[in-house]
Parts: sequence; C-alpha cells; structure tokens
Amino acid sequence: MPDLGLEVLLKGRNMERLLEGLGIALEISLISVAISIPLGILLGVLMAGKNPVIKAILRLYLEFIRIMPQMVLLFLVFFGTTRAFGWDLSAELASILVFTLWGTAEMSDLVRSALISIPKHQYESSAALGLSKSQIYGYIILPQTVRRLLPLSINLITRMIKTTSLILMIGVVEVLKVAQQIIEANRMASPNAAFGIYLTVFLLYFLACWPISLLAKYLEKKWR
Amino acid sequence: MKNFMALTMALLLTMSLAGCGGSSDDNGTVYRTLDEIKADGTINIGVFSDKNPFGYVDENGEYQGYDIYFAERIGEDLGVEVNYVSTEAANRIEYLQTGKVDVILANFTVTPERAEEVDFALPYMNVALGVVSPKTAVIDSMDTWNPEDEMIVISGTTAETYFIANAPEVKLQKYDSYATAKNALENGNAAAWTSDNTEVIAFANQNDAFTVGIPNLGSQDTIAPAVYKGNTTLLEWLNDEIVALGEEQFFHAAYEATLVDTYGMEFIDSLVVEGGVIE
Repeated sequence: MPDLGLEVLLKGRNMERLLEGLGIALEISLISVAISIPLGILLGVLMAGKNPVIKAILRLYLEFIRIMPQMVLLFLVFFGTTRAFGWDLSAELASILVFTLWGTAEMSDLVRSALISIPKHQYESSAALGLSKSQIYGYIILPQTVRRLLPLSINLITRMIKTTSLILMIGVVEVLKVAQQIIEANRMASPNAAFGIYLTVFLLYFLACWPISLLAKYLEKKWR
Repeated sequence: MKNFMALTMALLLTMSLAGCGGSSDDNGTVYRTLDEIKADGTINIGVFSDKNPFGYVDENGEYQGYDIYFAERIGEDLGVEVNYVSTEAANRIEYLQTGKVDVILANFTVTPERAEEVDFALPYMNVALGVVSPKTAVIDSMDTWNPEDEMIVISGTTAETYFIANAPEVKLQKYDSYATAKNALENGNAAAWTSDNTEVIAFANQNDAFTVGIPNLGSQDTIAPAVYKGNTTLLEWLNDEIVALGEEQFFHAAYEATLVDTYGMEFIDSLVVEGGVIE
C-alpha cells in the first residue's frame, strides 16, 4: 500500500479538528436547508400560481441567484454589505444567508416544476368526483408532487452541503480549510499527506451525504 | 400572497441585521484607530493559515510561523489579545478595506498596485526570485545562460513576467503548479527552475541533488504589514514598533524560531529585514 501520510491525522488534535470542520460545514448547510425548504415551497406555489407580477418578481429573483456563482454571492454578502451599508456580518451568518437565498431560489423552481408537471386531468377528474379544493390538494396533488420533488430536493441538499467548501474564501474554517491547514503544516515532515487527507475529506463528505440519500431511497419506496 | 412576500423579506432582513452592529465605529470610519483597538482589547490580524512556515496552524489548532511570531509580539506590545483571521491570497485587500481585520500579516508582498489600495508599514522580510539548478550543472549567473537551454517557470507568477519583460531570449517551460514544476526539474526536462527564492531554497534543502545558484534574481521585493489606507495612527505605531524591534534583532530571532528548519541559517541575512531598513 502506498504511503498516504495518514499518520498525520493522529498527530495532536488533527482528526478532531477535521471533524469540527465538518461540523461547521454541516451546521451552515443544514440551517440553510431548514429555512430554504419551507420558503422554497411557498415561493414555488406562488410561481406556479396566476399572479403575473409576483411571478415576474420571483422569476427575476431566481434567475439572479442562479446566474451568480455562489462565490460571488458570498463576496457580495460578506464584503459588499460592509462596503454598502456598513453591516458587519459574521462570515458564518453571511454564509447562511447566501445558502438560504440560493437554496430558496432553487427549491422554489423545483416545486414549481413539480406542480406544473401534474397533468390537468388530475385536477379535473378529482373535481368531477366532487372533492373540495383542499381535498384535491391534500389527497391528490400534493402526494404526487412530494414524490416527484423528493429526489430533486435530495440532490439540492447534498449540493448545498458540498458547496460549503467555498465558504473558506470568506474565512470560515470548515473541513476543507482544516484539511489544507493540516497538509501545509506537515509539508516537510509528510509530503505525501495531501492524498491521504483529501481521501479522508472525501469520506467525511460521503458519510455526511450518504444517510440523506438513504433516507430518500427509503421514502421513495415507502410512498410508491 | 403579498403578506407572505412581506414576511419573507422581513425575515431575510432580520437575519441580516441580527449580525450587524460591530462596524458602527465612534469616528464614523470603516477602520479602527490605534486607540479604538486598545480600548477594545483585541486586534484582528489577517494571516495565512496554510502557508508553512510563514503562517499555518499546527496539529493542536494553534497558529504558528514567521508572520505569527511577529503578530504575537504586536499583541504583547499593544497590550491586547490577537484574534487571527484566516485569509486567502485573493481576499487580503478586501478584508482590510472592509475593516474586517486591522492588520494584514499574510506574507504580503509590497507592490505599487497594492500600495494604491492599502498602506504598507516598514518591511520585515525580503523576497526575490531564485534560480535552482542541478549540482552537476549549476546556473549561477544569467549572463552565461545557454540559449539552447530551457527555464521552468510557473504560469502567472512573478518569475514568468520577469523573464518576458527582462530576458525574452530565455526559452520558458511553463507549468501550472508547484508540484508539476518540481517534477519537471527532477526529471531533467529543463536546465533550471525560477520561482520565489523562499520556494526554491526550500526545494533545494529537501533535494540534495539541487542547489540555488542565484538566490536573488532581478528586483528585490519586500514583505510588509498592511493597514487600511489612511489609518495613520496604527501605521505609525507599526513603523515605530518595527524600528524598535530592529534594535533587539527581533526578526533574526523570528527567523531562528520559525524559518531555520526550512531554509537553514545560510539565507538568514538575505531574507530578513531588520528595523525596516533594506540594505
């Protein structure tokens, strides 16, 4: 087996620091996910609605967030708000704000597409059966929407977790930054550590995202 | 529907305002003056957390290195705690200009372009280009460069711009990363490799077959602390501090404590600047 420099992880608090870094990445992404999903669902319902003004505004918001690279959004919120308004957001709060804005926009578009993908006859035939509007949504439309939404939102959530690797650019020391610090601190003593450490980071991200995929698989089976 | 929109906006606004408050200084500026830093009891210093041996974090999570050695002393002499902020090469100026750090001590090379954006204090280190070559065919002067030979440089570095501007006749072999450049030199793809002298000296110290024939090529640049442009109280304090530290040969001590393992004692006088005076 080649020398992966894994012994570096056992030095001092290195492994603990990596896990703390993962904790920060997960904290920021999961808080953002928790806010984005309900907000995104509400905005998505509005986007699938009929009011053209609201639809235009939401479309603009979605396109703006989607076109901007997350890195630019992070710089805008972290440094830009200080320049423009004198706000001194902490880097963590700026990250949560950006991830929430981004997650909400993406989620709303997923909800919108899931809603409009329900064929019109589903609404019409349930109305013909004499169901009320709330019954139509509660029993017919929402269950189908949620099922279509599930794999898409899991994709979004894992993407949000993995994109936290960008927040090191605004000074949040998360798992990837800790990895870089460990590799550099041991550059002379264990020049091969880079591979082993990045492999560990890969495993940590995998362990963070895999349970979410499993949950989605379980729910998809259960709701079939 | 409209209520909901208003609610969303209100929520986002509250979230953003919740973290606000720190930057509304008494004097209405973005930066903090010397007295404000002293009154606060903490100085924010932007450093690298992954540039061994200048600024890095050890296995116990403590900041270490040449820049940190100086930063610790600044905190001690100011009588304040040092709060280290991990910065990247690309966002150092941004951190200063938004007042998110008081001083940048992240191995910051003084250039005319940067001096328009920030104020540099006196230098505490030299940096220049260095040329490393095999011991069997040492390149010790560019005057005797064989036009058939090729020179390894890393794209986008000062080494590349130096040769294009000053010695266009030297054939360049360009690589994207330090790792590939090192491999190319070790494999004998070219006669020599030019990069920051700190980088090539460290390389030669690890590889017995190579030596740094030219430790200082072209113009000498310096590394200095930087503060917000116009923060004169802090700038003057830093300058006085660097001059005062020169009397006790502080940066020689810093070199011996942090850089000697990487560079050896041989280069101490060519790398260290004492009292802000460049010889």
